[in-house]
Amino acid sequence: MPEFERFSYDVLVIGAGGAGLRAAIEAAASGVRVGVVCKSLLGKAHTVMAEGGIAAALANVDDRDSWRVHFADTMRGGQYLNNCRMAELHAKEAPECVRELEAWGALFDRTKDGRILQRNFGGHKYPRLAHVGDRTGLEMIRTLQDHGIHTGMEVHMECTVLGLLVDSGRVAGACGYDREKGLFRLWQANAVVLATGGIGRAFKITSNSWEYTGDGLALAYRVGAELQDMEFVQFHPTGMVWPISVRGILVTEGVRGEGGVLRNSEGRRFMFDDIPDLYKEQTADSEEEGWRYTQGDRNARRPPELLTRDHVARCINREVKAGRGTPHGGVFLDIAWIKTHLPKSEEHIKRKLPSMYHQFKQLADLDITKEPMEVGPTTHYMMGGIRVDGDSQMSSVPGLFAAGEVAAGLHGANRLGGNSLSDLVVFGRRAGRFAAEFAKSNKAATVDEQQLQATASAALAPFDRGLSGENPYQIQYDLQDAMQDLVGIVRTESEMLRALESIRQFRARADHVGITGNRQYNNGWHTAMDLDSLLVVSEAVTRAALLRKESRGAQFREDFPSKDAEWGRHNIVVKRSTDGGMQVEKRPLAPIPEELKAVIEEMK
Amino acid sequence: MAGQATFRIWRGDPAGGKFQDYVTPVDEGMVVLDAVHRIQAQQAFDLAVRWNCKAGKCGSCSAEINGMPKLMCMTRLNNLNLDMPVILEPMHTFPVIRDLVTDVSWNFRAKKTIKEFRPRSPDLPDGTWHMQQADVERVQEFRKCIECFLCQDVCHVLREHHKHDEFIGPRLLVHVAALEMHPLDVEDRVSDLRQKHNIGYCNITTCCRKVCPESITITENAIIPLKERVVDQFFDPLKQLFHII
Ligand SMILES: Cc1cc2nc3c(=O)[nH]c(=O)nc-3n(C[C@H](O)[C@H](O)[C@H](O)COP(=O)(O)OP(=O)(O)OC[C@H]3O[C@@H](n4cnc5c(N)ncnc54)[C@H](O)[C@@H]3O)c2cc1C
Ligand code: SF4
Ligand code: SF4
Ligand code: FES
Repeated sequence: MPEFERFSYDVLVIGAGGAGLRAAIEAAASGVRVGVVCKSLLGKAHTVMAEGGIAAALANVDDRDSWRVHFADTMRGGQYLNNCRMAELHAKEAPECVRELEAWGALFDRTKDGRILQRNFGGHKYPRLAHVGDRTGLEMIRTLQDHGIHTGMEVHMECTVLGLLVDSGRVAGACGYDREKGLFRLWQANAVVLATGGIGRAFKITSNSWEYTGDGLALAYRVGAELQDMEFVQFHPTGMVWPISVRGILVTEGVRGEGGVLRNSEGRRFMFDDIPDLYKEQTADSEEEGWRYTQGDRNARRPPELLTRDHVARCINREVKAGRGTPHGGVFLDIAWIKTHLPKSEEHIKRKLPSMYHQFKQLADLDITKEPMEVGPTTHYMMGGIRVDGDSQMSSVPGLFAAGEVAAGLHGANRLGGNSLSDLVVFGRRAGRFAAEFAKSNKAATVDEQQLQATASAALAPFDRGLSGENPYQIQYDLQDAMQDLVGIVRTESEMLRALESIRQFRARADHVGITGNRQYNNGWHTAMDLDSLLVVSEAVTRAALLRKESRGAQFREDFPSKDAEWGRHNIVVKRSTDGGMQVEKRPLAPIPEELKAVIEEMK
Repeated sequence: MAGQATFRIWRGDPAGGKFQDYVTPVDEGMVVLDAVHRIQAQQAFDLAVRWNCKAGKCGSCSAEINGMPKLMCMTRLNNLNLDMPVILEPMHTFPVIRDLVTDVSWNFRAKKTIKEFRPRSPDLPDGTWHMQQADVERVQEFRKCIECFLCQDVCHVLREHHKHDEFIGPRLLVHVAALEMHPLDVEDRVSDLRQKHNIGYCNITTCCRKVCPESITITENAIIPLKERVVDQFFDPLKQLFHII
């Protein structure tokens, strides 16, 4: 029987991105024993890649900003499917959480009077994103990491959690293996916080790293937790499209925030041609007004390039399909043009967008201060996730909490840029606090040894099949192709039914996956272990997208191209039914309290 | 560029290993990490490689490419001579786990020995501070570090003399510099630099600066000013007097 090395904590945090680290710091501060498990090395989680900034109504740059405006912007962006309590708490607590980062050593870019500088971003009415050039995520994760290591938390780096343990309905810990040696570990805990991030690797073209296989969603789903809003996958409008090998790598929205414009192959700024009614009032009439907005003119309205991501992504898709794309199937994103307005524009661009400058120079041999970039949509962010209580972040399974990208609710049908980094610290902090409270007020649950052994045997089975089994990499590629083609930016029933059939076949193949070599740092084995999560989330996305017979936010149905008021009052909830099948249901939204309704009305 | 290329990859574990050749098709724009992934998916399923972002942002994919410490995800094949096999090895300064993956956990342990950030009390009643852009910029350079540990890999104090127990290496000297020069920090790490972190072992060969993928001026901007602080505090007769009193 496989041996498990055993650890015991009050609170176990799975994931060491912004949400996980913030939760761990908060829990540790309340005096409980905290363990952190992550698939990669400390400081390498996805959060490190975030570029543009963290949204918080600090009102340093425009004093008209407040939590009320931020709240209304977030709800509008999410097309009112958001959990309004979360949107409220987020808008109110984000400024405090940003200041906290500064107190722990983060160095944000400054305003002239020495305060935290804020930049414009799509869907945010005022300049709201605190940032450090275009490497805000690095600043944030390093700050949390360097603060966290001195709080007494124990970190298990390069360990993959394979299963959550439950004891009469309540969470009891987690088990998994360390990637370096391939040995099994058991982390017993009174409370567990899932902070495992998103699912981008279910698609072929993505800005996400290998870690984003939706593990947290699948772990929670398997123990009966409810998932929500799974149909809402954000396709970021600007990913690199050339060379092929870097396809999908993100080009930050900051480029457009600094004045970058989108043009088709005819040189037309096509974004002016299609401005949704919800945003007409707030969008510039002319190119000149748009430029003034990006340069901080408080009386100007934003250029249409800064409309919400779902809309910009679809417009780009449409230009390319209509034959007005670039040679490699994207559109042009031009920041070099600002030289007609700004002296020394080259230095300005390099200072404001240093990583973008390097990324294109090194990976595409292109100087963005001189030439336009080619960009196209890329799978970027998962709005959906584990359904949680807005205040405590607890899921429908007692003792199991979720925060960050893995949780649902804050963003509704579409996330605004910058609202994720703030989500991580606001709700990471809350999850940490409430998990610690839960841990203190509940006795340790019992670990089911049988469940442990079953997890270990299943994990080792692919070694027995060896080369006669299915190639895990190939199954992953095939799944990514299917999801990209059939459940992508533009969806339709017949294609999604085909996707479901493909997923069924991939599952059958995954049951026979085989690997070679031994258990030490075996990437083939790691890939095989991630397959089940990818399949669970792919199926959930597809089933939820099928059920929602309308187009809203990130979901665009060719067969139901408009919004439907009835669907505007419902979320879709996915859970495992007692017979093991996937159950998808329509769930009415909680009513919005009067005072929040008033805020929304006032900001319309 | 389409064609094929040979990659001579070190395969092994702590007990030992050897180079093995893999021939794989290559396309325009590919980076070394793409080739490694292709080999992994088609020929060597259990080939161990560490990576995350594939965009030069996380510092996971450090290795030695034709003897040069580099990020695999940022090294384009068209900058290498593909008429010869491309030689891929793990970093030498850290113990091998398997193939291209090394055990870099020492860096994380060593970081814990450095005193953490301690800010002065806030300037304003709401708990915030005033800082000028010019003052934060100096430190922002150090905070660009992605912890790829390539500088640690080339530093002879670690690579040849194995002083891991005594010397924190260039990456962590950059970290100390970021703390010491932080406009808000009031902690004193100068005596630690000399006695605990042994900054004196560094003889400014600048090897570390040359390999930094983030172009941090490790020696001139971080290490030398720290050395000056050590000299000022310990060898300035006036200050020494002051210390004794
Ligand atoms: C290129 C890019 C740029 C972005 N820019 C911005 C931006 O400017 N502003 C903004 O607000 N948002 C941005 N985002 C989105 C934002 O970065 C992410 O949504 C956010 O960082 C997610 O943080 P997290 O803490 O939820 O998860 P992550 O930081 O992804 O951390 C997940 C953690 O979970 C661990 N994990 C996962 N599965 C397991 C398992 N099975 N066992 C153990 N551990 C596991 C991982 O190892 C990792 O430590 C960007 C995203 C990308 C990809
Ligand atoms: S300059 Fe100093 S720290 Fe850098 S490689 Fe040389 S000896 Fe090491
Ligand atoms: S200082 Fe440069 S070379 Fe050293 S770890 Fe940081 S980024 Fe890498
Ligand atoms: S994979 Fe992140 S730096 Fe290479």
